Amino acid sequence: MSTDAVVLPRTELTSRPIVARLHDWVTTVDHKRLGILYIVYALVFLVIGGIEATIIRIQLIRPHNDFVSPQVFNRLFTMHGTTMIFFVAMPVLFGFANYLIPLLIGARDMAFPRLNAFSFWMTAFGGLLLYFSLIGANGLYGAGNAPDVGWFAYAPLTSQTFSVGHSTDFWTLALLVSGFGSIGTAINIVATILCMRCPGMTLAKMPLFAWLTLVMGGLVILAVSPLTAAQIMLLIDRYLGGHFFDTQAGGSAVIWMHFFWVFGHPEVYILVLPAFAFASEIIPVFSRKPLFGYPVMVGATIAIGFISMSVWAHHMFTVGMGSAANTFFVISSMTIAVPTGIKIFNWLATMWGGKIEFKTPMLFCIAFILQFLIAGLTGIMLAAAPFDWHLGNSYFVVAHFHYVIVGAILFTLFAAFYYWFPKMLGKMYSETLGKLHFWLFVIGFHLTFDFMHIPGLLGMPRRIYTYEPGRGWDTWNLIVTIGVFFQAAGILVFLGNLIWSYVRGKPAGNDPWDAWTLEWSTNSPPPAYNFYSIPTVKSRRPLWDLKHPDDPDWKYE
Amino acid sequence: MRSRGPSNWRARVSHLVVLIFGSGTALADAAQPLSPTNIFAPASTPAKSIFGLSLFVLAVTGTIFLVVFSLLLYSVVRFRKRNNDDGIEPPQVYGSNQVELAWTIIPILIVVALFMATARVIAVVQRTPPPGNAIAVTAIGHQFWWEYRYPELGVVTANELHVPVSDPAHPTPTFINLLSADTDHSFWVPRLAGKTDLIPNHPNTMWMDPQETGVYLGQCAQYCGTQHAKMLLRVYVQSKDEFDRWIQQQRQPATTSIAVSEGQRIFETTACINCHTVSGTVASGRFGPDLTHLMSRDTIAAGAASNTPENLRLWIRNPNAIKPGSLMPAMELEEKDLDALTAYLETLR
Repeated sequence: MSTDAVVLPRTELTSRPIVARLHDWVTTVDHKRLGILYIVYALVFLVIGGIEATIIRIQLIRPHNDFVSPQVFNRLFTMHGTTMIFFVAMPVLFGFANYLIPLLIGARDMAFPRLNAFSFWMTAFGGLLLYFSLIGANGLYGAGNAPDVGWFAYAPLTSQTFSVGHSTDFWTLALLVSGFGSIGTAINIVATILCMRCPGMTLAKMPLFAWLTLVMGGLVILAVSPLTAAQIMLLIDRYLGGHFFDTQAGGSAVIWMHFFWVFGHPEVYILVLPAFAFASEIIPVFSRKPLFGYPVMVGATIAIGFISMSVWAHHMFTVGMGSAANTFFVISSMTIAVPTGIKIFNWLATMWGGKIEFKTPMLFCIAFILQFLIAGLTGIMLAAAPFDWHLGNSYFVVAHFHYVIVGAILFTLFAAFYYWFPKMLGKMYSETLGKLHFWLFVIGFHLTFDFMHIPGLLGMPRRIYTYEPGRGWDTWNLIVTIGVFFQAAGILVFLGNLIWSYVRGKPAGNDPWDAWTLEWSTNSPPPAYNFYSIPTVKSRRPLWDLKHPDDPDWKYE
Repeated sequence: MRSRGPSNWRARVSHLVVLIFGSGTALADAAQPLSPTNIFAPASTPAKSIFGLSLFVLAVTGTIFLVVFSLLLYSVVRFRKRNNDDGIEPPQVYGSNQVELAWTIIPILIVVALFMATARVIAVVQRTPPPGNAIAVTAIGHQFWWEYRYPELGVVTANELHVPVSDPAHPTPTFINLLSADTDHSFWVPRLAGKTDLIPNHPNTMWMDPQETGVYLGQCAQYCGTQHAKMLLRVYVQSKDEFDRWIQQQRQPATTSIAVSEGQRIFETTACINCHTVSGTVASGRFGPDLTHLMSRDTIAAGAASNTPENLRLWIRNPNAIKPGSLMPAMELEEKDLDALTAYLETLR
């Protein structure tokens, strides 16, 4: 196994014309290249979605502002939400899973390389369809208009009566198409993890990353399917005279909500399980200790997977479901706090007694633990249905889910970027710029999302393009908007660091972090076939065994 | 029975709050001036029950936060790699079943406690049957305004809901039947009750028993289209006498005056009557607010502007100036017709 890292001859790639190299990228079925394509694609949309968020916040900086019209504002928040969930968060997490899973389990590629390429291009096509609405969705009012139905597109706002033109169709088709891509990738991930592990790697000896990604893949298959079904039903309503959601003809607006949230809540866990996966690999390495309580972490992951399928209607406490249904979804939603809490405690116990190195990835992971704790606690407030009758659909809930998606998922993503950048590109990033990015972003994040809870408590609903003065919301909204500029500066430093380090970074070596999982045993960047020879493992930390032959893990596991 | 449950509950919760925050009542009093829509300044039983629960939940989650945050801070400081590190790896600890069991069982107990407190408040708010003397109101959400009908009192009005104050000893609550004429809306007046959605083809109910007179504000809390932001709610809580007088006055048909007959002619011969009702005249449209007693209201355009002659004139001439995307069309009237029409509307008291 120690022979995995070999000196490779430089390939002829660099000397070929750029068209030929681009052609290689378009036709590739290599999991590492597809992973990078997913990640770059998501970064482009991250910038677009970020610009949309910035315009939204400028509009809300003071009451009765008229930076954008209500029509434009409604399109902005619809596009921001749809973009960030479907074309940033999911692709970037699929990208990391694609890149890392075969390396972590000692495989040469994903189980179905061509399905992998197909899934990526479906997702890419979906994103382009969504934004093509800007020029293609000629409604009554002229050339383009983006969808303006909100990212969960409640019926009957999406019916022909209330959504004239084709903007809603572009939204529907974009999600339908990218949904097929997501399901394809999920099948691929599950098959790869179940079938492609190297000799010696039983399910119980997989890195926790693989377990979390496996459950994530299963959730994608279960959750994206109802969304896809609902999108087809919506198209039938709009063009074939169906009445699924057509309330004027006896259809049900509530059934759309159920369809959407039976996707929408597992979706949160689809996004946050990979975040847990990053943290569960990075925190041990920078604490110099193995992950505390691995079997319990696996159990908690599976529990989260199951429970997350039974909590969706906590998004619907104000819909009038009746006290029995409300009570059921209170207990199921609160229950999920238990396995999630176990995870936080296990990360803390991993750090306990270690020697913590504050490299950039670890800084992001520490901030993640704190922020995910707060997000979980505000989640408990929202799970208490009567409290949710106030907090639901207010700025409090907006602050809560941004705490999850930015404070937990994006923070661990940044950690993952810095942690695996040396492996993916063979260069070391700038630690100074990394720390500058961290501090700018952590300040911006807390200015924006801490203070965003307060107008929600003071009665400010979400999705309003302007608000009345005298409600006590003005100061909070000003602070929230100021924080956005810190975050934007942080993102610029991050992108600058990626580009500068790619061009100018020092060679990273194969194992810059003195880490323990298989990807660090091969070259940086790994060759097309990943490993010189397929490794054999005896424990969860094969490189620890190699580095400490006198004290190997497999004696204790 | 019904009123005993919540008050016992509140007593126990405030006792807890006294221990943790100092004083629950002081907290509520201090919270009120912050905002007219503050959820921590309740003035009605449903909102008070939620307030009690929210204090309990905040106390529990706050305690958890302090404990876990302290642990995190301690480990980051205590277990950081020192400058004089010897380079030896720390002891490799793989886990501990006792510890895992502890941090599984304690959260389960906390969840059980939170669940029972929550289930109790759900029952108090959702399972209360209307008493015989309850005021029944039907609220119908429209893009982008509120229609209120009092079926037992024969009153139809818009955008400003009037309800009687409720004495805790002899409650006269208002039960609201929530309907929608088009898309989803949500009725949220934070000081009186939690929000409940108005969904077409899915009738909902909510109730409130405001215990202090005054005007309570809120707004639509479910995205309903372009002007979701200016679909504001105003609830006028009045003493029993004032409320009865208001009902008497709203029951009268419109008073027509010969002095404004030109304006009335314009109203009744243009598109106005397609959408608006003025009772006692030929105008009987249902798409827009009932204008029979327009001048008895403080605001127009669902609270977007105060009800002054200038605003009324501007609203008829160019609704987009006040509420862009509103479904009220610009009437394209000549200046003198606009004056006559405004003068007519100002007589609808």
